[in-house]
Amino acid sequence: MMFLSLQHRDPMLKKRDDFEDMLEERRNSSDLRYALRCYTPVLYKGLAPCKASMLKSMVLQSDQLHHVIGQVSRETGRAADDVQEEASAILEEMAHCLQLSTVRFFAFTLSKVFKTLFRSICVNEEGIQRLQQAIQEHPVVLLPSHRSYMDFLLMSYILYTYDIALPVIAAGMDFMGMKFVGEMLRMSGAFFIRRSFGGDKLYWSVFSEYVKTMLKNGFAPVEFFLEGTRSRTSKSLTPKLGLLNIVMDPYLKGEVYDINVVPVSISYERILEEALYAREMLGVPKPKESTSGLFKARKVLSEDYGSIHVYFGQPVSVRSLAQGRVNRCQFNLVPRHIPRRPSEEIQSFVNDSAYRLVRAQEENMVLKPWVLLASLLLQNHHQDQTAGQKRGMVLEELTAQAVWLRDMFREYGAFLHWPVVLLDICVGGQVKPGEPHSTVTPEEELLSQAVIVLSCASYRNQGLHVFLRPALLASAINAASSNLKQEVFNSFSFLRNMFSNEFILCPGATVQDFEEACYLLVKTGALQVTQQELLVTERGQRTVAFLTSMLDPFLQGYQVVCRFLCEEATENLTEKQFVPAVRKFIIKHLLAGRLRYTEVLSSDLQKNSLAALLRLGAVQKIKGRIKLSKVTYSSVFLLRTCVNLTYNC
Amino acid sequence: MASNSSGGGSSDRQRIAQQRLRIIAGHLQGPVDGDSAILAAECKAQGSKTDVCREGKTVPRRRQEIMKWNGWGYSDSKFLFNKKGQAEFTGKRYRLSGMIIPGLKDWMEGTFGANLQHKTPATPLLTSSAVQPATLNKAFLEELKSTGIPFSHDAEDRVFRAHGHCLHEIFALREGKFGRVPDMVVWPNCHNDVVKIVELACKHNVCVIPYGGGTSVSSALECPPEETRSIVSLDTSQMNRILWIDEKNLTAHVEAGIVGQDLERLLNESGYCTGHEPDSMEFSSLGGWVATRASGMKKNIYGNIEDLVIHIRMVTPRGVIEKSCQGPRMSTGPDIHHFIMGSEGTLGVVTEVTMKIRPMPEYQKYGSVVFPNFEQGVACLREVAKQRCAPASIRLMDNEQFKFGHALKPQVSSIFTSFLDGLKTFYITKFKGFDPNRLCVATLLFEGDREKVLQHEKQVYDIAAKFGGLAAGEDNGQRGYMLTFVIAYLRDLGMDYYVIGESFETSVPWDRVLDICRNVKARIIQECKDKGVQFPPLSTCRVTQTYDTGACVYFYFAFNYRGLSDPVHVYEQVEHAAREEILANGGSLSHHHGVGKLRKEWMRDTVSNVGVGMLKSVKDYVDPDNIFGNRNLL
Repeated sequence: MMFLSLQHRDPMLKKRDDFEDMLEERRNSSDLRYALRCYTPVLYKGLAPCKASMLKSMVLQSDQLHHVIGQVSRETGRAADDVQEEASAILEEMAHCLQLSTVRFFAFTLSKVFKTLFRSICVNEEGIQRLQQAIQEHPVVLLPSHRSYMDFLLMSYILYTYDIALPVIAAGMDFMGMKFVGEMLRMSGAFFIRRSFGGDKLYWSVFSEYVKTMLKNGFAPVEFFLEGTRSRTSKSLTPKLGLLNIVMDPYLKGEVYDINVVPVSISYERILEEALYAREMLGVPKPKESTSGLFKARKVLSEDYGSIHVYFGQPVSVRSLAQGRVNRCQFNLVPRHIPRRPSEEIQSFVNDSAYRLVRAQEENMVLKPWVLLASLLLQNHHQDQTAGQKRGMVLEELTAQAVWLRDMFREYGAFLHWPVVLLDICVGGQVKPGEPHSTVTPEEELLSQAVIVLSCASYRNQGLHVFLRPALLASAINAASSNLKQEVFNSFSFLRNMFSNEFILCPGATVQDFEEACYLLVKTGALQVTQQELLVTERGQRTVAFLTSMLDPFLQGYQVVCRFLCEEATENLTEKQFVPAVRKFIIKHLLAGRLRYTEVLSSDLQKNSLAALLRLGAVQKIKGRIKLSKVTYSSVFLLRTCVNLTYNC
Repeated sequence: MASNSSGGGSSDRQRIAQQRLRIIAGHLQGPVDGDSAILAAECKAQGSKTDVCREGKTVPRRRQEIMKWNGWGYSDSKFLFNKKGQAEFTGKRYRLSGMIIPGLKDWMEGTFGANLQHKTPATPLLTSSAVQPATLNKAFLEELKSTGIPFSHDAEDRVFRAHGHCLHEIFALREGKFGRVPDMVVWPNCHNDVVKIVELACKHNVCVIPYGGGTSVSSALECPPEETRSIVSLDTSQMNRILWIDEKNLTAHVEAGIVGQDLERLLNESGYCTGHEPDSMEFSSLGGWVATRASGMKKNIYGNIEDLVIHIRMVTPRGVIEKSCQGPRMSTGPDIHHFIMGSEGTLGVVTEVTMKIRPMPEYQKYGSVVFPNFEQGVACLREVAKQRCAPASIRLMDNEQFKFGHALKPQVSSIFTSFLDGLKTFYITKFKGFDPNRLCVATLLFEGDREKVLQHEKQVYDIAAKFGGLAAGEDNGQRGYMLTFVIAYLRDLGMDYYVIGESFETSVPWDRVLDICRNVKARIIQECKDKGVQFPPLSTCRVTQTYDTGACVYFYFAFNYRGLSDPVHVYEQVEHAAREEILANGGSLSHHHGVGKLRKEWMRDTVSNVGVGMLKSVKDYVDPDNIFGNRNLL
């Protein structure tokens, strides 16, 4: 075992920029003048801007596309012209047509909307300056976190405000279904891609060439969401690699000197889609994006969504990421325009980079006091439930605990935004998650309570990344059969592996994560590390207990999925049927009082645990059906041991 | 003279006296030659009676008498800033000699932030006491003496052959620092002398390092510091005769020590040329070209060295290797010439070479084309290569180099010329709208009979026009080529003022040319910044050769090192990074400079494990005792 020197940089020393509220100026001056002001962004190496139409013809004339068109035409026997036309149609469907007038329209309306919705939109201006610099040096890729539909409008709005080149944004095709709005978005720089186009060579080729052409020519910063879709849980999602692969390709092939990737962390005090998400995860399907839906949604305008913090992170040079990791000579022997599956070396490089970038997003997420309160309230709620009480928490107690937790967060390097006066609006004598209103059946009661718990959990989740590693260690200590380092490490490693679909855990970094966790717990005085053993100190008990119960709902979720698979899964369980079936199973057990956490109803949790079990080989997918494999039992057994040891169920 | 040289080990007084004598003797060249002519006569008898000429040879045994011991080229030719602060090129040898170059000072100050007040003069004299005493192999020495082959262990002679022209080598000399140097120098006069020397070396286990023109830029001449045996530098300069010319087959049989300018001049006297003109041709030797796979400026017409060579004679520890006939092409297994070409002195000494010759061209014409930007220029060169109509030479300089060339314009004598220049500039930048910070220039050289040259010229200019190129006159073209010969002198000037630099080259497929140029230049700038260089570096490139499938690209890199404690180390780190960048962008390890010891570390990646094994097994067979122990290449 390697317990190397713990040279981690003290997370408390992390330097972060200050924020400026950009809405303040909007409240004091004319929106119209703002929307019509002179907009002259600096471009990559001072290039003259090129027209969207020119971009299209560059793509259609590219070597790569020519090659693929030829290939498709040979394979399918269709005429090359025919395929070329199809490519052209795909491009037509995909391409953006950025127009300044539309941008100005958005600048005007969004100013109005934002001012009603939000108290403030805080941006780190130093980050903006860094971005401006980065844009002049190398092509730029913007990678914002994705929690809300708001995200990309907000991004463009900010960049317009600060006179920075407007990005072109990869958006899901579902937006295009919205009449008018789709076109508006297109004119403000969105380009649309189909959600899945696995086998379609031509589509992939047009798409990748389009993105690369924009990037290489420094047409505009390319923006996309690493997480692929909006996170419904406020936890970061496992990064999707497709687009990242595409944008890194020009560097790897030497077509540009470097690419700057800028992670952007957007933290909402309250997410617009909050209630929607909870219901979606409980089985109420997501409403299809439609214009009328958008209008119906206008009632949100009357609510208060607090403030938004947008943090533009340090630009990351792809060149420095790849330094010593990728041998670029691998492209020497095949013409670069012939598309090839990335080598294993590159796949693992892109994958690692993706994780690093998502972690960079997480690190600069601003946490509001609500995150801490939600964590404490949820834990309290569960304890109450076990005790069969419904008493909530006394405000003073909550405050005291929150202060304790705040200090812990700070020591772990969290980016806290702590107002001078906490809880200026005092909420009665006791605080607890709200009570459901009129209920009919116990099941409905359960579900409507679950909506509240899941919403609450989504606040808690915002802060999970801060103590994820210590929490894994705390659980591992509880689960391990002894205090021996090796034992604890083994159980840490098992838990970490199990949860790597659930949380952002960089592949292959078990030892580093373990060391980081030890370091943090030792630093805060919760743990003593000797030659052989890891010992929880007297004053560390509280910390360890808190950390363990943070992970408990997840552990129980995974356990219940295992139990379901062992006990109830039929021979013919398809992937589609999985979520409803497991939900039914869980509801049954929750109502019978055999399960503690309503949270396990989250379909997100269920899907993640299935993915983990598939990855670990406990379950197999054969012709779309889910089958237990032979190793399952040992896996399930292990998991149960963990859970059982964590607390006596 | 031989006895003079061998007496070098005696006391200082004696040494100085001898040195004076030798210098005097040097002025009276006749007697010096007369001495060795006796030995040469023996050799000639075996060679051929049609020894065409050995008059007017450039390279004396004591090279330091006419050449700098710590810089490039002839002692009488150098750049300096005169009392008025104007740059001037001294001597009489070159077109630029004796001229004032008014723009150079501003260019140096502007490009490097150099300052005439901040000087870094070189150590003026070689102090023999700083040179390691020679490790002599007594038995070898005794037997060598009996052969009558001239030799020396004079410190100056030894130091002169301990280096090529890499930056770190010259920098160390200027500081008066010497590492491991050869223990003695021998001057064989013919093939048989070489056979004798190599036999003796094998017998007495002495390390031999062949030395031709000494223009290596790959650390190939550096003595391995770990070498404990006596090191003999085998200077081929006295083997410099054209042994015969065969006008029926258009070949010439030449001793390998001849330097390029002598070979060309002597052949010209008979109405022929080889057309092989590497930039170093004033000093580099035929044997050196063969040993490094050299490339000449006019390869488009005449070919590179591998295309020019018909027959090679090389002396190895195993004996002499050569082919039995002079057929123009053979299918007899792998071509053994290709073990020799590029062997970089690790297998033996090339002594005689039969080369293709051509009648001298009837007509030569220079030319130049201005392009709005480098991209267009490269596209034009690619098209020219595609249509296989490249002139004898076609080179494309980037914008920085164009400006540099401009700075080297000598003072114009008439107001009319400067008025014309002004008019040209106005036409190109204002009327044609070329951005002076983006435009670039291609220089051209056409050769052949008049009619065809003019036709050819039109064809090339027509292609250039398609890529926005404007013909920019013969003068610019000619000056471009002339600069090739003086540019090496310029480095010495830079080194007087805190500026160090070097050039390096690669070959790359056409589709990569633009990418490699951009990325390597950017990498150099970034590395300089990262390594703490206080001033922005000069990072520039040019495309110097075109092939069917790719091009040869030259990079020039220089920076002002004021404020750095170990500038050479910084320089080496940056060059190393630049080479990594070249390789990562699909460029080759070298187009014609060779590998030497400087680029050895990349050989395995370049030719694969098996490839290295193949080369190694050849070395092991040919030279099992590592007599040719310069440790180049592998």
